Amino acid sequence: MTVDVNKTDGPADTPPAGPEAIKAIPVRHPGRYVSAAIALGLLGSIVYAFAQGNINWGAVPEYFFNDRVIEGLLNTLLLTVVSMLIGIVGGILLAVMRLSKNPVTSSIAWFYIWFFRGTPVLVQLFVWFNLGIVFTYINLGPIYKDYWSVFMTPLLTALLGLGLNEAAYMAEICRAGLLSVDEGQTEASHALGMSHAKTLRRIVIPQAMRVIVPPTGNEVINMLKTTSLVSAVGYMDLFKVAQDIGQRAGSVVEMFFLASAWYLILTSVFSVGQYYLERYYAKGSTRSLPPTPVQRFKAAVLPARRPKGVSA
Amino acid sequence: MTAMVKAEGIHKSFGAVQVLKGIDLEVQTGEVFCLIGPSGSGKSTFLRCINHLEKINAGRLYVDGELVGYRQKGDKLYELKDSEVALKRRDIGMVFQRFNLFPHMTAAENVMEAPVQVKGVSRAQARERARELLEKVGLGDKAGNYPSQLSGGQQQRVAIARALAMEPKLMLFDEPTSALDPELVGDVLDVMRDLAESGMTMVVVTHEMGFAREVGDSLVFMDGGVVVESGNPRDVLTNPQEERTQSFLSKVL
Ligand SMILES: Nc1ncnc2c1ncn2[C@@H]1O[C@H](COP(=O)(O)OP(=O)(O)OP(=O)(O)O)[C@@H](O)[C@H]1O
Ligand SMILES: [Mg+2]
Repeated sequence: MTVDVNKTDGPADTPPAGPEAIKAIPVRHPGRYVSAAIALGLLGSIVYAFAQGNINWGAVPEYFFNDRVIEGLLNTLLLTVVSMLIGIVGGILLAVMRLSKNPVTSSIAWFYIWFFRGTPVLVQLFVWFNLGIVFTYINLGPIYKDYWSVFMTPLLTALLGLGLNEAAYMAEICRAGLLSVDEGQTEASHALGMSHAKTLRRIVIPQAMRVIVPPTGNEVINMLKTTSLVSAVGYMDLFKVAQDIGQRAGSVVEMFFLASAWYLILTSVFSVGQYYLERYYAKGSTRSLPPTPVQRFKAAVLPARRPKGVSA
Repeated sequence: MTAMVKAEGIHKSFGAVQVLKGIDLEVQTGEVFCLIGPSGSGKSTFLRCINHLEKINAGRLYVDGELVGYRQKGDKLYELKDSEVALKRRDIGMVFQRFNLFPHMTAAENVMEAPVQVKGVSRAQARERARELLEKVGLGDKAGNYPSQLSGGQQQRVAIARALAMEPKLMLFDEPTSALDPELVGDVLDVMRDLAESGMTMVVVTHEMGFAREVGDSLVFMDGGVVVESGNPRDVLTNPQEERTQSFLSKVL
């Protein structure tokens, strides 16, 4: 299904008919100018303070595309994506368990969520890392056997710590999503002879996504920032790399600025992705989707099929 | 002629509330069977028992000669597995008061969904069939519309097409027109009338007495979880014997 963008333009093109259009002098808001001036003044002094400070700004562009920085960046991205995947899959599983009629499975899910939401993720990371004190070996029978400390690499610690913790949060988001789907949908699907699994996968989850996607986008952005905690267990993420370079090159603060800039770029990119994902899952929920910024831009810049003299 | 639906002493309670208190009736193959009665009398509940969306507490319910929801071996009853229940539901179409179309799918996709997912029909074949069915309910030009882009009456007709796509031998209608604006009721009833003429066995819960009189072959008046009166719709509606039927009809006619 494609959406006809031009349909939404309809009312704007029609000039007001009937009585004479109103040409009144708008109310003045002098307070707005005063508060704007104050805000700009404050902003200016902050910028001035940073410019005056003993900061070697040149170090930021110098290291911006440094190999190690890029590697740290990729590690951060990897960690974000894989942890979120663990979180989403685990979250859906936990949400379904939580909603199941079997009291054992729903209690297990409840306990999991209670535990992982109730403890700080940094503490969880340290626990995973140091579990070797309790288990000297990890022994999966004939498949795998090794010392815990060898097995539990910084990457695995980070993935387990962040992913399992995220699953607890995603479970609540997914549960709210599943509950938001009208019971009539499940009934209609069952009445057509669809199985529980098919009903969930084809009917319920796609509709639940409309409720699940927006908070999940926030979770991704949060996750991206939370990955900076794993520097504590020795994983070479963006923040850890920035710290290392900063200490060695004597430009600690500069490297923090550099890391912040990269985090900002990544979160901005994710936000755009989130916008389009939300749009995708909104299909069918509104009569016609509003145009995307790109479509709006095209419509405004390219004068195609637009009557003359109409301003958007 | 065999009975498509046979109910013997159906009881159903929700917790302590007894909703069905011993329903006995037979729906013959090929007939249009109308169920009427006041709100809360258990009409929807009974309808939902027929495709096992509700489990009965006592009695025996047969569809096309087979026990609904259970298997009998000797004098013991065994509950059917979910997959077996689903298999039987394929043959029973259901149309709901509130349509319950899948909002994330277009009209055509709604109609295609079950044949593709349940019967394993190819998408191309299912699409072709969906087009035919939508044509049949007068919505050939709305195949690409989402439910939110259709009027109530159009949505209900898509819902009928969706149920027909599974080629059921029995259709259940639960007040299919009571959520519709009066001027949209006619289109839906026309589709149901065509369906009845094609020989479909239909159980219809309805408040449309005109439809029951013209199209119905049998009619049952339910109240308080029991069948109060049954017979030919024209007889029951014009000349009710029971006092409760008389007072109900005097309110709705
Ligand atoms: N899932 C349920 N849990 C508890 N009570 C229920 C449930 N479903 C129905 N009931 C009760 O059963 C009774 C019969 O309901 P039912 O929906 O079968 O009535 P109805 O004859 O279809 O009425 P209406 O004409 O209003 O649709 C009502 O009192 C209702 O409150
Ligand atoms: Mg009802």
